[in-house]
This record gives sequence, C-alpha cells and structure tokens, in this order.
Amino acid sequence: MTDVADPKLEEANVGRVGSTETVAQRVSYLRAGHSLKSWLLTTDHKRIGVLYTLSITFFFFIGAAAAALIRLDLLTPAGDLMTNEGYNRAFTVHGVVMVWFFLIPSIPNTFGNFLIPLMIGAKDLAFPKLNLLSWYIYMLAGLFTVFVLIAGGVDTGWTFYTPLSTMYANGNVILAASAVFIVGFSSILTGLNFIVTVHTLRCPGMTWGRLPLFVWSIYATSLILVLATPVLAITLVLISLERLFGLGIFNPAIGGDPLLFQHLFWFYSHPAVYIMVLPALGVVSELVAAGAHKPIFGYQFVAGSSIAIAALGFFVWGHHMFVSGQSLYASAAFSFLSIAVAIPSGVKVYNWTATLFKGHISLDPPFLFAMTFIGLFVFGGLTGLMLAMLAIDVHVHDTYFVIAHFHYIMVGGTISAFFGALHYWWPKIVGRMYSLAWGRVTAIFFFIGFNLTFFPQFLLGYLGMPRRYHVYPPEFQVLNVISTGGAAVLGVAYVMPLIYLIYSMRYGKPAPNDPWNATGLEWTTPSPPPKHNFGALPVVDRPPYDYEIEMRDEHV
Amino acid sequence: MNFIPLWPPGASAYSHQIDLLVIAFTVLVVALSAPVFILLLVFIVKYRRGKEADRRHAPDRNIPLELSWTIIPFVALLGFYIWSTDLFARLYHPPADAMQIDVVAKQWMWKFQHPEGQAEINELHVPSGQPVKLTMASQDVIHSLFIPALRIKQDVVPGRYTSSWFVADKTGTYRIACSQYCGSNHSEMTGSFVVMNPADYAKWLSLSSNEVNLAAEGAALFRSRGCSGCHDPGASVRAPSLAGIYGNPVPLQSGEIVIADDQYIRDSILLPQSKVVAGYQPIMPTFQNVLSEEDVMKLVAYVKSLKQAGVTQ
Repeated sequence: MTDVADPKLEEANVGRVGSTETVAQRVSYLRAGHSLKSWLLTTDHKRIGVLYTLSITFFFFIGAAAAALIRLDLLTPAGDLMTNEGYNRAFTVHGVVMVWFFLIPSIPNTFGNFLIPLMIGAKDLAFPKLNLLSWYIYMLAGLFTVFVLIAGGVDTGWTFYTPLSTMYANGNVILAASAVFIVGFSSILTGLNFIVTVHTLRCPGMTWGRLPLFVWSIYATSLILVLATPVLAITLVLISLERLFGLGIFNPAIGGDPLLFQHLFWFYSHPAVYIMVLPALGVVSELVAAGAHKPIFGYQFVAGSSIAIAALGFFVWGHHMFVSGQSLYASAAFSFLSIAVAIPSGVKVYNWTATLFKGHISLDPPFLFAMTFIGLFVFGGLTGLMLAMLAIDVHVHDTYFVIAHFHYIMVGGTISAFFGALHYWWPKIVGRMYSLAWGRVTAIFFFIGFNLTFFPQFLLGYLGMPRRYHVYPPEFQVLNVISTGGAAVLGVAYVMPLIYLIYSMRYGKPAPNDPWNATGLEWTTPSPPPKHNFGALPVVDRPPYDYEIEMRDEHV
Repeated sequence: MNFIPLWPPGASAYSHQIDLLVIAFTVLVVALSAPVFILLLVFIVKYRRGKEADRRHAPDRNIPLELSWTIIPFVALLGFYIWSTDLFARLYHPPADAMQIDVVAKQWMWKFQHPEGQAEINELHVPSGQPVKLTMASQDVIHSLFIPALRIKQDVVPGRYTSSWFVADKTGTYRIACSQYCGSNHSEMTGSFVVMNPADYAKWLSLSSNEVNLAAEGAALFRSRGCSGCHDPGASVRAPSLAGIYGNPVPLQSGEIVIADDQYIRDSILLPQSKVVAGYQPIMPTFQNVLSEEDVMKLVAYVKSLKQAGVTQ
C-alpha cells in the first residue's frame, strides 16, 4: 500500500480543510486548456462526460417541450391546440428524442464517462479517441433528428410499427429511422469502451468483488448496448428498404409479416428499458450507501441482480405482444419470464431498505433523490408486474395505464437517479458546492409533480383511454387536467436545478475532495480532478463501501 | 354525480373476474411494497445522523433473509401467474355454439357483419347471454379492437384473422375504441357497443333486415367472381371441391396437412400458390386486389355453409 493511494490518508490531509492548495498544485481537468478546440478535440473522459451532459440537457428540453405541448393539448377533450396530424408528430418527437437522445444515453454517457475511470482507478477509458468519436456520432444523429423534425416531422410514434410506417405514414420516416440508426453506433462504441475499460484498466486491488455498484450496473448496461443495438439497426434498415422498394418483408399482401417487425423491434427495445434503468439502479446504490454511511446490504446480491436483469431482459420481448395474435403458449412463456425478471429488481429495493438499518442517515439532496427513485421505481415495477399478467394486460395494453407504468420506471426512475447523480457528483465535476436547500426543494417538487402527472394516467388507462389519443371522451377530462397540472409542477422541478447549479459554478463555495464523507476512489482525487485523475496509481486494499472505520468513533 | 370516474362499467362475467384479479393483485402490490415504504420512513427517522441510536452490529449481509425476500414474492407471483394465465387462456377457446360476427377494420372505421347479413359501421349490437365470437381482419394497418366494458382487446392484423369472444350480460351502450395507433385519426376510430336482451336483438335484426345472409352473399360472389367455374363439382377445370372441407384436414402438395379454417380459406383465395392441395396444379389466380376483406369474409361464410348444408363430396 502506498501512501498517496490510501483514500483515508489523503482525505485526512486535504478532504476536510478544503482543496484549494491541491487544486493549485495539480491543474484540474477544467483548467487544462480554455479554448473551444481544447474542448471539442479533447480525449479526456471527464470533458467528454461534460460535453454529453450539455448536449443531453439540450435534447431533454426539446423532448420536454413536445411533452408540454401534448399535455396542454389534452386539457380539453377535443384537443383544440393542434390538429390530429400535428399531435401525432408532437408525440413522435417526444418519444424519439426522449428515448434515443436522452433516456438511453443519459446516465451511461454522462456519469459513466465521467466516473468509471475515477471509480476503478484508471487514467482514462480504454479508447479515449473512440469515446470522442461516439460523442460526435451522437451529436450528428441528434442534430439530424432536429432537422428532420423541422423539415416536417414523422407521425409513426417512436415504435415505427409496420405496415403503418412502411406503407401508410406521412412524413420523413426514412430520415428519422436513419437518425436513430446513426445514434446506435454511438451506443455500441460507448458500450464497447466501457466493457474493455472495466476488464483491463482496474487499478491494483480493484477486484470484481470490490467494484463499485455503479460500475457493475454500467457494465451490465454495456453488455445490453453491444448485444441489442445491432438488432435495432437491422430493423431500421429493413423499414427503410421496405418503404423505398416495397420488398414485402412486412407486407402481408406479398407474403410478409407485420408482426415480424414487432418481434425485431422489441427484441431491442425491451432490453433498452434496462439500458435506461440499470444505470439508475447503480446510481441509487451509491447514493443509498453514501446517504446512510453504511456498506450496502448484500453487495453480492445487488451486483449479481444487475447481471441477472441484463440477461433475463433479453427473453421478455413477447410481453409487448400479448394481444397481437401470437400463440397462447408464447404468451404464457413470455409472461412467466417477465415475472422472473422482476425478482432481481425487487431484491435491490429490499437491499436498499436494509442498508438504512442502523445507518447514519443525512437528508442531503442526493439521498432525497434516491428515496424519490425508490418510491417511483417500486410503483413502476409493481405495475409492470400487472402488465406481465396476461389477463390484466389484455385490458390495459396500449392504454394510459402502460404510459403511466413506463414513465414511472423509465422516466421517473432515470430522471430521479440522474438528478441524484448530478447533485451527488456535482461538487466533484465543477469543484463547487451548490445550495443544498434548493436541492431538497427540487427533490420534493419532482416527487409531487411526477406523481400528480402520472398517477391519474393509471386510472385513465383502466377506464379505457388508449394511448396516443388526441381527442378523448369528455368523462376523462378531469383526470387529464390533473395530469397536465402535475406536468407544470414537474416542469418547475426540471428548471430549478438549471438555475442554482449554474449559479453555483460561479458563486458556490469551493468543494472539498469528499464533501459527503463518502468512500470510493473518485472521492480521493481533488475536486475537480486533475487531467489524469490520480497523482499516483491508486491501490485498493479494502472492500467497497467501507464506512465503518470512520463512523465507529463518531456516533454509536 | 360521477365527477371523476374511477372504475369502468363491466358488461360481462369475465369483466368482473378481471376486476377481481386486478383488485387482488393491488392488495399484493401493497403487501409487497408497504414494508419498504414503512421501513424507509422508520429508519430515516430513527437513524438520522447525529441522533442517538443503537447502531452496534449493523448487518451488511444475511443470506437467509435475502433468499426469503427473493423467494416469497416469487411464489406469490406464481399463484397470480396461474390465475391470470387461466383467465387469458379462455379467450383462445370460444364455445362451439358462439354466434359469429365478422369485423373489418380500416382507417378509420369499424365494420361489423352479422351472420344474418346485417352490416353496421362503428356500432356493434349483440344479444345478452349469448356467446359471440369476433373474427377480425384489417384492410390496411394494424388496429386493435378494444371494448373496455368487456375488458378485452385484440389486435386486428392485416394478412391474418384474429379472434376474440365474450358473453355480454348487462344491457346498455358502451364504448368501442381502437387502441393500436393507426395513423392520423386514430383517436376518432371509435364506436358503440350495444348489448340488448335477445328479444330486442331479434327485433333490431328484423328492423335492419337484410334480404340475404352472409353465406348467400358469398354464394353470389362465388359465381360472379368466377370461382364456381373451377370449384363447382361439374366444372371443366380440375380444382378441389369445397363441399364439406371447412374444419377438416386438407393434404397439401408439400406433404403437410392443414386444417381448413378461416385463415386457410382466406390464404387460398389471396395467396393461392402458398398452400396447394395435393394432386392439383397451382393454377389458381390470386384475388389479392380484386376482393375486399368483406368479400373474402363472405366467401369464407359460403364455404362454411357448404359444410353445414351437408353437401356430399
């Protein structure tokens, strides 16, 4: 064990008094070059993480603007704000942008990029240039998507179901499919980079059994990215060929099968749900351990459940097709597997709860976001089980019940974890503290706004309001108005961090190395970290989340 | 005054069974999640940082406990799985005496065809207490017939027949919707589902009476479209006779044997080269762009009637 590498020692030296001297000694990654070029041609994983954070925020607000239009339009049963056509295009924008340009890349590409090398004691990712390339591909695809939307839009919904998309849809289906096809390459490259990095660049002593749970979850996510994304690419190519040349792959009039598309699409898109939620699960494990100041309960189960979710996630796509006319036996098998995949998710929730037992809990913003996540995730997960039950799914399939369910899991889950991660690692990323009080207020606004928006949609779904509905029967209006009101609260929660986090960059107090008294290699570096992360190669000689030592003498 | 409706009306015994399943599952959901929410709150209050509490021997693993919270929910869920799958399987097994109504979906309307020949658009009248089987076809994109009051829904897929069935038992008028996004006017592809007592239904049928029934219309098409030229027993071109084939096995040239159901007859009309009967030449032309889905359904009804009439081969 070397002196510099001992996390506790370094923390004792600089952590609590503030890190100004250390920062002055080693130039932080933020100060290692100020020109635009030094950012646009950087291969530093931390800078690329920052670039992703900026661009993902940009696309998030485009998707959110479309959501706001949709919710405003649904204030009245007749949908007076837009035409049918306009409404269909708005929800396609919302779906395509949010799924492919926010939810899927959100946590892996921002925090995964920034944190994985720091967490495993590496100088950078395995392929820094590839990492930069994947950001350029992401931006290219994203801007192309925005162009497609300006150039007229698409009315297929983000699922591109055939034969609607291949034979009947109006709009730029091929261009939109191309944008999604391109962004897939960014996913694959990022996934590959993470897998190779975790395999080859762990510092001495960082065994698989000591890997932070966030790294475990990103690792599991990367496996899905690499294995599933090519299937999406193939599917999108087939759609474009079919639309251009009428090959008949999905056209029953010449022997094709429209359901083939659904099989191919969901073979990617169901695992994609886990691409969105697994990184969130990893973040929350970090936040819960740090918030409770305790080792995570059942580390092996939590790490193993990430891999189990990733593996099982490939065998449940048929649960999107229970009413498509697939055979009874296929449906029964997919229903069973879908129930099975819920079990490892439940395991995590119980483990987090047990982690709090006998902890030292501080209600800092990151912890509050973690609790928000657990609330939304439990609710979203259990309603997902209702959808896995065949007889229930028949009634609620393709209704607002499904919308509510997947927003709880994918959106509530991803965004609460994303916000939690942002509030937890922000001092590390920019080297400044933000207002904790405002962070707490945001977490509460988010929780209230989210539930107000989406809980009424469970009721709307059970009452029989189908999804993608522009006009609806008048008796559903009250619930829709509540939902729109909730969305306004939610919108406030989205904008608030933008204000106080940016404010903190200039006026916040300098952050110590380890503002939360957390464990983990990333907290042993200065805030913000120097260009090459660590002064000397770190060596790990203790288990992960080793909180007991420092806490033992504080409060028993 | 139903200011905020919270529960949809139910119009069949099946719909009440689904409601029961949903309520029971909600109880399970609460049972599984309540410990989490209660314990989180208790721990947050009890173990706030700086607060005096007994924190000695804090566990960081407990295999029996972890196994129990993995296995117990799984077993409980398996019980619900069996319950729910059993209910679902019933949708695949309509009773033999079910009345057959054909459904054609197209952008953006529902067309229903009663066995006696009455056709209606965006309205479906059915007698209460009588099993009704819907056979559905789509003329263009995928639609989905959704009758919330029955808690059933079935995609209507171009190129194949899908089906569902029900016994409505409560008279009244309910909503029909399309739940699969099908283009511009998706949300306006709606209709009324009217459950009448059998006497009223009989009266409704006679009021909107139709001179000929579905099979008879099919018979007319059979002649006017030239099918009889080959398929009639006395025809000069050699083609398989259709009398009595419905529901029976048909040996194919490929060596396969298929059952001549609605789907097979439909495919034979629209894709005649795909499943050629053993001993015959693949010379039949396709009727792909000649016949509408309604026409095909009429022809199927006619072929069915040949069996019912007991015509000898």
